[in-house]
Amino acid sequence: MRRIISVLMENEPGALSRVVGLFSQRGYNIESLTVAPTEDSTLSRLTVTTIGDDIVIEQITKQLNKLIDVVKLVDLTEGEHLERELILIKIKASGAQRAEVKRTCDIFRGQIVDVTPAIYTVQLTGTSDKLDAFIDAIGASAVLEVVRSGVSGIARGERVLSV
Amino acid sequence: MELLSGGEMIMRALKVEGVKMIFGYPGGAVLHIYDALYQQDAVEHILVRHEQAAVHAADGFARSTGEVGVSLVTSGPGATNAITGIATAYMDSIPLVVISGNVPSHLMGTDAFQETDMIGCCRPIVKHSFLVRSIEEIPSVMKKAFHIAKSGRPGPVVVDVPKDMTAPTEKRPFEYPETVKMRSYTPALKGHAGQIRKALDLLLEARRPVIYAGGGVVLGDAAEELTAIAKRLGYPVTNTLMGLGAFPGSDDQFIGMLGMHGFYEANQAMHQADVIFAVGARFDDRVTNNPKKFCPNARIVHIDIDPASIQKTVRHIEVPLVGPVKSVLADMVEMLNQMDVEPDQSALSAWWETINGWREKHGLWTGDRFTRRGKIMPQDVIRTLYEVTNGEAFICSDVGQHQMFAAQYYKYDQPRRWINSGGLGTMGFGLPAAMGVQLAHPESPVAVVTGEGSIQMCIEELSTCTQYNMPVKIINLNNAALGMVKQWQDMQYGGRYAASTYADSLPDFVKLAEAYGHVGIIVTDPSELKAKMEQCFSMKDRVVFMDIYIDPDEHVYPMQIPTGSMKDMILSKTGPTK
Ligand SMILES: Cc1ncc(C[n+]2csc(CCOP(=O)(O)OP(=O)(O)O)c2C)c(N)n1
Ligand SMILES: [Mg+2]
Repeated sequence: MRRIISVLMENEPGALSRVVGLFSQRGYNIESLTVAPTEDSTLSRLTVTTIGDDIVIEQITKQLNKLIDVVKLVDLTEGEHLERELILIKIKASGAQRAEVKRTCDIFRGQIVDVTPAIYTVQLTGTSDKLDAFIDAIGASAVLEVVRSGVSGIARGERVLSV
Repeated sequence: MELLSGGEMIMRALKVEGVKMIFGYPGGAVLHIYDALYQQDAVEHILVRHEQAAVHAADGFARSTGEVGVSLVTSGPGATNAITGIATAYMDSIPLVVISGNVPSHLMGTDAFQETDMIGCCRPIVKHSFLVRSIEEIPSVMKKAFHIAKSGRPGPVVVDVPKDMTAPTEKRPFEYPETVKMRSYTPALKGHAGQIRKALDLLLEARRPVIYAGGGVVLGDAAEELTAIAKRLGYPVTNTLMGLGAFPGSDDQFIGMLGMHGFYEANQAMHQADVIFAVGARFDDRVTNNPKKFCPNARIVHIDIDPASIQKTVRHIEVPLVGPVKSVLADMVEMLNQMDVEPDQSALSAWWETINGWREKHGLWTGDRFTRRGKIMPQDVIRTLYEVTNGEAFICSDVGQHQMFAAQYYKYDQPRRWINSGGLGTMGFGLPAAMGVQLAHPESPVAVVTGEGSIQMCIEELSTCTQYNMPVKIINLNNAALGMVKQWQDMQYGGRYAASTYADSLPDFVKLAEAYGHVGIIVTDPSELKAKMEQCFSMKDRVVFMDIYIDPDEHVYPMQIPTGSMKDMILSKTGPTK
């Protein structure tokens, strides 16, 4: 099952490599990974999406918690949560294709952020599923380049991950 | 405030931490630190002959005392040589602080001479590591390093120090922090009272209980508490390889070591148990055999300081209990004394009857479970060692068949007497570990139980023994082969001894010992074993190398059948499979 784990860790050099190293060392997979400082500059927030059964996820969270740099973590998928990913995508857009790309883009609420006579560069945010669906709709033959940010997530409602 | 250089700060921190002795090897990147070491006298330095030994010796020191072991190595090859030692300590949760030098900060990342990314290299085998970034942070880094190494589930911590951080000309104010507070690191100090109650309720319901105690009891200094609760309940106790000595080996309630080469009665009892009380043990694959077939009828209570050890391999843990074993066990005894419930005595005596039946039939201590073929049997060597040392020696083992015999046939009545690399299984561990043990316990007999394969992996330390008068006794069970490998080749590869024999090229160990200024004794005849062993231990001030030619064809039994359950064991070469 796909899980989104949010980790607050000390904003120390080496902390990220410990987290990433843990995943490869113990054979856990990483689907995506994002990391950046938080409003508190001594803390970084890392979001990792991973796939595993309950046993694996339990071990991942326990092993992550064991890392000295990790302050707190939460498996967002255990509750109601928001999940967003950003994509920047270069799409062939010449001739008749051009209007079609624009229309698809509108349907998905994407924005065209750069234009050349033959290319649209589109920005789109949403769940990973939505981004996948957009790429499908555009069609592989029209896609020139894709860059995805990886998933960021936050719990819905009152729940807050902080120290 | 006092001004100190980084090198002086490191030495001062060691002094404040109460470190009396460190083990190391110098080189360019740590020369400033060595110069600071030279100019103080609180901390003694033991110069080993290989950095692997520096870490093993610190490790042996730590295992036998419970204190943090410290080693100091230079950058590059010094640091990489230390890696095996660090991994060994990591696997067995041994508290160490390993200080490694590195190239000056401005050269880091340039592939400078003797540069290694030590933080990167050791990442998967440390509890934590620090790269020193400023001279000012040295006191707080050292304080944290010691705190992390010894608290919670202990483990090795590496402090990597670029050379410019220790320059004698750069002095900074030195203030050693009194306490550490880390929001990201708060190991449990107590067990949950509700869980303790549940654990007791379950334990008292048991009709066929087993207490399965591991290295955590030794590390957590909880042998006394374990013994108290075991005595209070009257339940059988088995120890893991790492837990030997956690419960007195010569006590009647001790049913032997369990696991791959565990006692028949211990493995049978585990398999048939209705309640298992796991204390500071981690359900290692060398214990459980196939975890899917592990103790199908058992309801399990598991105490461990490390939440990640609970439900890691064996899933059906009914009462998980996170906390330091010492305080949890003490709380349990106290609660037990207040409760008005006793174990079911009739069920318990029936259970003991069954266990004693197994013991009588196949127990390693109730009869000879091996055949003597006119040669010295390794089992007899360990029994003799036990008799000659009155069971009071520190036994430091290497890795192989000899290790299993030493685990099976020496009875460990106290914790921290059995010193072995259980988790990583590092050949070469025995001799350097024994040096650390001997230095920590100058008056006690310290024996290295080894094989001619293992001893050659850190043989250079015989020179260190000369320099510092460490009169360890080396009991070399010489079967002229990598015996444990050969045993597997006998059992699984049709006796094809690929790269496991070298009989024609072994050194003359007696001469070798003499070359280092030690005493060498060769033993080839079973009838002279005891007398020569006594002679060996009577030379209190000498290193004695006993080269004992044992039956090269002997196997270690019992042995669990791979992929089977706990109870599936082979009992002898020819004997039936049970
Ligand atoms: C550093 C290292 N290399 C390889 C092994 C694999 N290994 C385990 S036991 C063993 C044989 C040990 O031979 P010896 O020390 O003579 O002991 P014996 O089994 O003969 O008693 C080997 C090679 C190991 N445990 N450690
Ligand atoms: Mg051998």
